[in-house]
Amino acid sequence: MSSESLNLTLRIWRQDGPNAKGGFRDYKLNGVSTHMSFLEMLDVLNEQLIEAGEESVAFDHDCREGICGACSLMIDGKAHGPDQATTTCQLHMRRFHDGDTITIEPWRASAFPVLRDLVVDRSAFDRIIQAGGYVSVNTGNAPDGNAIPVPGTVQETAMDAAACIGCGACVAACKNASAMLFVSAKVSQLAVLPQGKAERGERVLSMVAQMDEEGFGHCTNTSECEAACPAEISVDNIARLNREYVRASLVSGK
Amino acid sequence: MVRVASETLNSRVPEGPVDEVWDKHRFNMKLVNPANKRKFTVIVVGTGLAGGAAAASLAELGYNVKSFCFQDSPRRAHSIAAQGGINAAKNYPNDGDSIWRLFYDTVKGGDYRAREANVYRLAQVSNNIIDQCVSQGVPFAREYGGTLANRSFGGAQVSRTFYCRGQTGQQLLLGAYQALMRQVHIGKVELFARREMLELIVVDGVARGIIVRNLTTGELETHTADAVVLCTGGYGNVYYLSTNAKGCNVTAAWRCHKRGAYFANPCYTQIHPTCIPVSGDYQSKLTLMSESLRNDGRVWVPKDPEDKRNPAEIPNEDRDYYLERRYPAFGNLVPRDVASRASKERCDAGYGVGETQLAVYLDFRDAIQRDGEDAIRKKYGNLFHMYEKITAENPYQVPMKIYPAVHYTMGGLWVDYHLMSNLPGLFVLGEANFSDHGANRLGASALMQGLSDGYFVIPYTIGDHLAKAVLPKIPADHPACVEALESAQSRIDQLLAVKGTRTVDSFHRALGQIMWDHCGMARNKAGLELAISQIRELRDQFWKDVRVLGSGESLNQSLEKAGRVADFLEFGELMCIDALNREESCGGHFREEHQTEEGEAKRNDEEFSYVAAWEFHDVGDEPTLHKEPLSFPNVPPTTRSYK
Ligand SMILES: Cc1cc2nc3c(=O)[nH]c(=O)nc-3n(C[C@H](O)[C@H](O)[C@H](O)COP(=O)(O)OP(=O)(O)OC[C@H]3O[C@@H](n4cnc5c(N)ncnc54)[C@H](O)[C@@H]3O)c2cc1C
Ligand code: FES
Repeated sequence: MSSESLNLTLRIWRQDGPNAKGGFRDYKLNGVSTHMSFLEMLDVLNEQLIEAGEESVAFDHDCREGICGACSLMIDGKAHGPDQATTTCQLHMRRFHDGDTITIEPWRASAFPVLRDLVVDRSAFDRIIQAGGYVSVNTGNAPDGNAIPVPGTVQETAMDAAACIGCGACVAACKNASAMLFVSAKVSQLAVLPQGKAERGERVLSMVAQMDEEGFGHCTNTSECEAACPAEISVDNIARLNREYVRASLVSGK
Repeated sequence: MVRVASETLNSRVPEGPVDEVWDKHRFNMKLVNPANKRKFTVIVVGTGLAGGAAAASLAELGYNVKSFCFQDSPRRAHSIAAQGGINAAKNYPNDGDSIWRLFYDTVKGGDYRAREANVYRLAQVSNNIIDQCVSQGVPFAREYGGTLANRSFGGAQVSRTFYCRGQTGQQLLLGAYQALMRQVHIGKVELFARREMLELIVVDGVARGIIVRNLTTGELETHTADAVVLCTGGYGNVYYLSTNAKGCNVTAAWRCHKRGAYFANPCYTQIHPTCIPVSGDYQSKLTLMSESLRNDGRVWVPKDPEDKRNPAEIPNEDRDYYLERRYPAFGNLVPRDVASRASKERCDAGYGVGETQLAVYLDFRDAIQRDGEDAIRKKYGNLFHMYEKITAENPYQVPMKIYPAVHYTMGGLWVDYHLMSNLPGLFVLGEANFSDHGANRLGASALMQGLSDGYFVIPYTIGDHLAKAVLPKIPADHPACVEALESAQSRIDQLLAVKGTRTVDSFHRALGQIMWDHCGMARNKAGLELAISQIRELRDQFWKDVRVLGSGESLNQSLEKAGRVADFLEFGELMCIDALNREESCGGHFREEHQTEEGEAKRNDEEFSYVAAWEFHDVGDEPTLHKEPLSFPNVPPTTRSYK
């Protein structure tokens, strides 16, 4: 495929720090190759900004392969941009047209405060996992890997849920900024596996409590999260979380 | 001439048969009594497989742990990107595997440049790793009956690789991350994300702390402890373009090196043969296409360099299946280093394909004809999908274009059998150390090593150090802390003060090009000497002309990058010095002067059967070479041949 080149207007959220007032700034960027990834396009912009004496646009990224979950941009109002099941770092410029204006914003959620420009603080997710997103097994305590057979279907269900990359697109896409898809993915993975069963009740109660404490909104079943999720985590997990929650509440009497 | 230290390095490998030493040694090492563990604080830098596993396991034992990473969450460490799998000697398939065979394969695969005792221990604990991960809820692939599934990987003759679809690294890392989060919850681990280590604090010759920059606020912080465990990954990004994540760096290891830790075998780098080629000068990283593709894909270039026909129209008789031609026994499945050099040879000779002519075809036509498109989709669907996303070409219809890319670094800080560097109290784990893979790493062995080091080695060996060492309390205003803090601050000030005209990335790209051209897949004396002088010149220019905007007191990604590139500019020189010194070809290190008539690598066991560990003196000053002699009583060296 030969490459074409695009002339674009980028409308980018700039904000100097957590407490600074932010706003959009427009930048013209010409000669963008359609082979570039979206983040490479921002690299090129940043090089030009630095050469012109303006500080570069800050954005989170690392693997650039769609797996680390670092990249996190609202592109024209869509978390990770227009492509299904695709992170920002895997989005390519051939998806855009010459003359386009592209609006780029950070994730917007009160539980994800902006640190600078397009970078937000997602440590709330870590704290939710700390509340119970694990199996309590110390190193050295494990029986042989084959001691407990796990049926293929169970393993597949667990793996589907475990594929979550923790990027926060689900929160950004939800009008209530709910973290239910993220939380339910971990709850599901560990609830279906035999290794996670012993703690399943306590786990779901603590994780949900922490989610509420962090200020994430409630789930109203609009499934926007599923549509935005680059790892294709299904809202079936939310249904499972709800069942787990009811079950655990009954058992614990809370 | 290289300055060589008169005494050889002591690896502290205990005496005795290789298959018994670890068990005996565990008994002989000193223990810290359970009640005393809580009196010790350990710093663990890095939260990848090595660091995540180490921090969680040490906290479980009762130590107070401080855990650091530069990403916003420990879950994003580069280990997350590993695709293929993790090896273990379980022998579940009953196909002849054993600890001894995994040991043997790893020593041989490393081209006889690894330390036998470390490799044996690695093979030994590999089985515990799988058990541990299963218990954590890592969803490894299973057979219908519910038992764990295995596949053969990287040309291995047994099926010993465990995997979670194409996301093994992700799942293993999340297992370690969750164990770590559990300890944070309990209060045994204090977590410091978005922190970059900039200095090591050494008091009376013992590692006692680190200086980090808080990447959100820009503030420099002093952290002291009783030991420092460095798990900061590999340095492949010295080449600018690699399959590593963008943030991977040598900074933490390099700062330790400048404080006295020896850097071992820096020239050993692994170039992976199947990556998506560079498409333009804006390219920011390279994407790996799993090795497994060579099980069914055939590698070729046109016989006539002028043949610009659409590949589908080029008949078999006009194609050169050069791997099958040169290596009839192994064909497309030759090891990574051999496959990489063969594609370079064809492209250098003018036979490369595509716009840049730096690519070869990896063709699935015959496999699709033989097994049907569905069968191929089942095996490689996600990889084909990723390839199409990046290149906009459909590999079911046109052959993939691939080219080698820097992937992994076998070199790293020198460590002894305890995984302790020559600086007491500084331990180095995972890709950041040099110990287990020799001159070439086998597929699915890096994940194994990271977890082995973190879960099953450091919990024992650190106790021996803590129990024996005299460790007075170090206050944050200790002269050594103040000096380290000032040194980190002054480097930041210097970077900001240059106020030149060129961006950091432009320097990084230029360095990468020098390294790739002269210290890449093939090296020679003249090229390495040229590279050293070019790097020095580039480094001078950097300090005269780099432009870093903004301040040190805020989130400043240009400043972060500048610090890392400044270190790469010093480190690159050491790689070339090491490559120049090693007058032989072994594993990933190919010196053009040392090859057979057929162009195969020629090792020199007489003179180079040693680990080259370099001691730093000053930037631009010749380092001193310390040798650790290697011996192979259990796996006698042979020539690797794939003909
Ligand atoms: C694309 C790809 C695929 C791979 N596939 C496989 C595979 O299938 N099987 C296999 O065995 N191996 C594979 N590897 C290799 C393997 O993934 C790595 O070698 C391994 O994960 C390294 O783990 P680690 O814990 O040593 O370091 P990393 O996972 O790189 O972690 C480094 C940690 O150190 C921190 N850090 C780094 N520098 C600093 C600093 N200055 N200050 C503070 N913190 C710092 C980072 O934040 C991070 O937490 C693959 C590698 C790549 C690139
Ligand atoms: S940068 Fe890692 S998922 Fe996008």
